[in-house]
Amino acid sequence: MKVGLFIPCYIDQFYPQVGIATYQLLEKLGVQADFPRQQTCCGQPMANTGCEQDAKPVYHHFVDTFAGYDYVVAPSGSCVYHVRKHYDVVEQTGAVQHVRQSTFDLFDFITTVLGVTELPGRFPHQVGLHLSCHGQRGLHQANESEMTPVRDGQLSRLLRSVDGLTLTELNRNDECCGFGGTFCITEEAVSARMGQDRVQDHLLNGTEVLTGGDMSCLMHLEGIVRRRQLPMRVMHAAEIFNAALPQPSPSVSTFVPQPIVAES
Amino acid sequence: MSHPQRAAAFTSDAERTTWHDETLWFVRQKRDKAVYAIPEFQQLRQLASDIKEHTLSRLDEYLEQFEQNARANGVQVHWAADAAEHNRIVLDIMRGVGATSLVKSKSMLTEECHLNPFLIKNGIAVVDTDLGERIVQLREEAPSHLVLPAIHLKKEDVGETFHVHLGTPKGEKDPQNLTEAARQHLREKFLIGQVAITGVNFAVAETGAVVVCTNEGNADLGVNLAQVHIACMGMEKLIPRTADLGVFTRLLARSATGQPVTTYTSHFAKPAEGRAMHIVIVDNGRTRQLGRPDFRNSLKCIRCGACMNTCPVYRRSGGHSYDFTVPGPIGAILSPNIDMRQHSTLPFASTLCGSCTDVCPVKIDIHAQLYKWRQIIAQEGELPASKKLGMKLLSTVLAHPGIYRFGGKIAREGLRLLPHGLTHAAAFNPWAKARELPEPPKQSFRDWYAEQVVKL
Ligand code: SF4
Repeated sequence: MKVGLFIPCYIDQFYPQVGIATYQLLEKLGVQADFPRQQTCCGQPMANTGCEQDAKPVYHHFVDTFAGYDYVVAPSGSCVYHVRKHYDVVEQTGAVQHVRQSTFDLFDFITTVLGVTELPGRFPHQVGLHLSCHGQRGLHQANESEMTPVRDGQLSRLLRSVDGLTLTELNRNDECCGFGGTFCITEEAVSARMGQDRVQDHLLNGTEVLTGGDMSCLMHLEGIVRRRQLPMRVMHAAEIFNAALPQPSPSVSTFVPQPIVAES
Repeated sequence: MSHPQRAAAFTSDAERTTWHDETLWFVRQKRDKAVYAIPEFQQLRQLASDIKEHTLSRLDEYLEQFEQNARANGVQVHWAADAAEHNRIVLDIMRGVGATSLVKSKSMLTEECHLNPFLIKNGIAVVDTDLGERIVQLREEAPSHLVLPAIHLKKEDVGETFHVHLGTPKGEKDPQNLTEAARQHLREKFLIGQVAITGVNFAVAETGAVVVCTNEGNADLGVNLAQVHIACMGMEKLIPRTADLGVFTRLLARSATGQPVTTYTSHFAKPAEGRAMHIVIVDNGRTRQLGRPDFRNSLKCIRCGACMNTCPVYRRSGGHSYDFTVPGPIGAILSPNIDMRQHSTLPFASTLCGSCTDVCPVKIDIHAQLYKWRQIIAQEGELPASKKLGMKLLSTVLAHPGIYRFGGKIAREGLRLLPHGLTHAAAFNPWAKARELPEPPKQSFRDWYAEQVVKL
């Protein structure tokens, strides 16, 4: 199985530890991922600003970069959602279709493709999970409060399986953090307020470590946590699992992934 | 002014923003409770969506059928291409019977057509009889929500308004007392109303009847006391059969306020003995929206307001920040159809979180349409120049890995080496008003990876 790692631009430059954790976590699960150096971005920042036309060369570049892999894995549900949902505006060549279907969010990949639903290891902290909207409502990685009172999802299941880790019960389980790409600049006032409210919910309910599957939301929330000097650490979930998980044990590394047909 | 400017003004009152957010979140939670209790709720949504899509796909036929049946019931049917024609028709009906006073129950359409100022200019006394609408009417404001028109006001604000206009004691803010004052005040108005206008929630093609849903019973009171009833409706209000109605009444109140059904669901089919009933069917841009494949299904909207209650942006920016008759997410996809330039910032007043799409009882893909409007607004050149140029530049950078790597390094190194005061100056960097920038690391991921590969 050839797995290409997509590390979004801001993670590459500002949160390399998240890329490293992703790489090492996959390694511990028996997947040797490759990082094609010519990669740049999925094109979402432009498209969400209305400049989908300008983003097309970026889409082509993404497809060219990753067409040769069985799976593309990214520690960012938002980028994955963009590739899957919005790459419909370029010609649907075999390569484009393949890349759209085989691009996975890290935890979707671990759960659905690798079939891993529990992770060993220990992380004795109270962890607050921020669900990213694109992962949850876009890729259906977690239940939505609009539909059901059940608060469940891929990432919360994986986190609960870690020894010593308790998950924060939030007042609002899945409210948007207000990052929203360029929204965080163009609608600065509302964006900041949304982020402050989200952080407050975690603070009130005892979160020590704030986590999630999407570093863009976390970058925004971390910006608020640090500005307000709150007693809370922000970590991508890959960092938590990687820290918690022991070095590859034979049982894990001989693990045989079951390829599945990706839903489009 | 743009949405961000109005929203910033709203959020600058932090306490009020908290209150507004929590009040609407409470309504959203009531909706959730009601929805969770119905196991077939998602099927109901699908059914409602299917019925509406079907109706829109042959709207011309259903409109004709509806008109025919309404006429057969003795109702006079009028067609208005736009707001001006709608207003003229209403005025003509009033003049025809020599009426000078009008009571009006809740109707977003007449708000959309700016009927009140038009009639008042022409010497007609207009009284909105829905409590919330009456409050905003007295304050000379627009409604800030589809279902809860005065939701932006606290009880103290209402007390002040009633003190000025209805003579309640200064400082009176007890909701019970204020409501009683409004009842007495409105009762007088009902008694002198010569003509009653109602909105229309559903128009049934097979019977020619219109259905009006209220919680206050003010539509019924108005219609039953006045000589003439005028029902004003947008042409998308049709449903084919009475049998379809139950699907929508089950969804409407649950989605709006969490009630199982509105207190009053009134059917108006024909005028009472010796009285007159009119129906005005209004286009006002709806045909144009119907002709836009990407946005057509926004016409499925039943105006429940759920997308507002759930929208994290609406809750923190207030209905008036949208500066359009229909605020919130649905307003943001309806308004560019009316005037793209004026409302160009509305489709951007969203994080595209998708919660609106998930609560919408008729399954309008609101956030997908917001995304699509953004593309059109950009293509039509309605983006601010700075955004346009920035995106072109970004695209060039991102399609060329070499420049990209160089640029990323500059950004990181710059952030590392420049003083905090400069990188966080709010004037250049809106991010930094309320947030710290990430702490730039020494090494990027790609540099780390390159070292690994060498080691391997
Ligand atoms: S768009 Fe949907 S949720 Fe919003 S008001 Fe209309 S019907 Fe209700």
